[in-house]
Amino acid sequence: METGSAPDAGTAGDEPVWTGLPPRLLSMRRLLLVVWLGLLALGLGLLLGLVVEPAWAAFALLPLVLMAWGWVMLGRNWRSWRYAERADDLLISRGVLWREETVVPYGRMQLVEVTSGPVERHFRLASVQLHTAAAATDATIPGLDPAEAERLRDRLTELGEARSAGL
Amino acid sequence: MTAPGVEDGVLEQRPLTERRLHPVTPLRRAWAPVAVLIGWAVHDPDQAQRQLTRLTTTTLLIALAVLVPAAALYGFLTWWFTHFAVTDTELRIRTGLLFRRTAHIRLERIQAVDVTQPLLARVAGVAKLKLDVIGVDKKDELAFLGEDEARALRAELLARAAGFAPETAHEVGEAPSRELLRVPPRVLVVSLVLTGATWGTLAAALVVPPVLWLATDSVWTVLATGVPLLGAAGASSVGRFVGEYDWTVGESPDGLRIDHGLLDRTHETVPPGRVQTVRIVEPLLWRRRGWVRVELDVAGSSNSVLVPVAPRAVAESVVARVLPGVTVPPPSALSRPPRRAGRCRPVWWRGYGLAVSDSVFAARHGLLRRSLSLVPHAKVQSVRVAQGPWERLWRVADVKVDTGANKTVTARLRDAQEAAELLRAQAERSRTGRRDARPDRWMAP
Repeated sequence: METGSAPDAGTAGDEPVWTGLPPRLLSMRRLLLVVWLGLLALGLGLLLGLVVEPAWAAFALLPLVLMAWGWVMLGRNWRSWRYAERADDLLISRGVLWREETVVPYGRMQLVEVTSGPVERHFRLASVQLHTAAAATDATIPGLDPAEAERLRDRLTELGEARSAGL
Repeated sequence: MTAPGVEDGVLEQRPLTERRLHPVTPLRRAWAPVAVLIGWAVHDPDQAQRQLTRLTTTTLLIALAVLVPAAALYGFLTWWFTHFAVTDTELRIRTGLLFRRTAHIRLERIQAVDVTQPLLARVAGVAKLKLDVIGVDKKDELAFLGEDEARALRAELLARAAGFAPETAHEVGEAPSRELLRVPPRVLVVSLVLTGATWGTLAAALVVPPVLWLATDSVWTVLATGVPLLGAAGASSVGRFVGEYDWTVGESPDGLRIDHGLLDRTHETVPPGRVQTVRIVEPLLWRRRGWVRVELDVAGSSNSVLVPVAPRAVAESVVARVLPGVTVPPPSALSRPPRRAGRCRPVWWRGYGLAVSDSVFAARHGLLRRSLSLVPHAKVQSVRVAQGPWERLWRVADVKVDTGANKTVTARLRDAQEAAELLRAQAERSRTGRRDARPDRWMAP
């Protein structure tokens, strides 16, 4: 997967143009990771050090190890996410160990949703979620630039209307 | 979905005639307080017993004198406040005594219409009309209507949903139906005898309670396990026989007609183009006789059996009617996963198979109880390829096809290269397949 971002020349003809996710998403996720696990390590260290014995405070290193591992994992996961708009469908590819690639034809979209929580808004991010008539269609693109999210939403709804096919 | 505003304007010209349900309906509601009492007694038997001994005859009579009229009044009021009306595009149901509820059901979105008659309703000559609509958890039903009225209403709803002109929708009447298949009771019995689940639940019901009795000597434990087990055994043998008795599949311009039931009669109608997936199930013991069971998925509908048991050739001809232009791929046409898939799922990989034709995506799974799922390309909502780390080691991947009935059909452990090509090709096929799919209003010019 380390070389996965390079487009493989498997299919000839209309090669999809892949777009990655903005680096701000990675920063946000890493910040959240550091904040939460940092607090946990601090709390654990203080608790064990004061209540039991100072030597036990070494257990607080565990969350720090977890943090380092999570730091790398988040990076790999972030690199694996990508999407491509083709003439008639949207491709979403994700996952490092458990890879999944989804194709959603525009005509099948019932609803396009743009959501953005308080932390996401602070980092100027928004996620786009596509709903089809099948609940199993899990087509979400997390953490896009709000302008890009809105462009994508408008384009998807426009294309969806043009190619609407119902059920 | 496209232009609701236009039709709304037309509606205003014709005065709405609101109708009420059949006057028998209040009797159905009258059971509610009695059911609550019984529920309380079962929930807390000791308390109920103590309360009962304290009661004298007079208090009982007074309670009855209060409860029965109250129940009757409640039943009458709910009946009085329930109205329905059929407009050009919608069925409107207005109901609710304290909390008003108005449901407007768009006719072209109807997935199936069922007319059911429970045993008591058959005696009273009334029927229930049930509508399957996508995205509605609670089924909207009209209970009860007069038997003839229910049939007439079903015919009218289907005619309007099909796109007949509003003036003629009344006169179109019941579309003629042609019988495709009828399951003889003998075949149904033999098929149930040859079903493993029937014997499994029966054996469990006969073995588990005595064992528990020997182990614990407690009547309550035995009863608590024995009664549900016996219930399950009964439901899977007698219950299925009663439910699937005299199963008839017919074809009419309105769509598929499915009639069945010994005590409770059910008449289902599935309009054309509503079927999302069809499954052909072949239990181990049926294989020698060449029998299959056919199940189908319709969006927003819970009923799933199309044919409980039939010879393969007959079942395939019915499937060809349900999914026009689709031929069921023979077992020889299914391609197996590559040999190395055995490293991912040792024995079961032999049961997997896949065939893709111009009209349908067919995936099989199951070794003993084979099940072949068919999805017309026009019904595919999205396509996915999923691959775990162990599967990547052996260069295989799963291809998943999502349909509108919330069912996902999976072709497991395909060669990774093949899966990637399948993903691209399937997206293309489902796009072109939709182009010549039938419109929602199947009779509209």
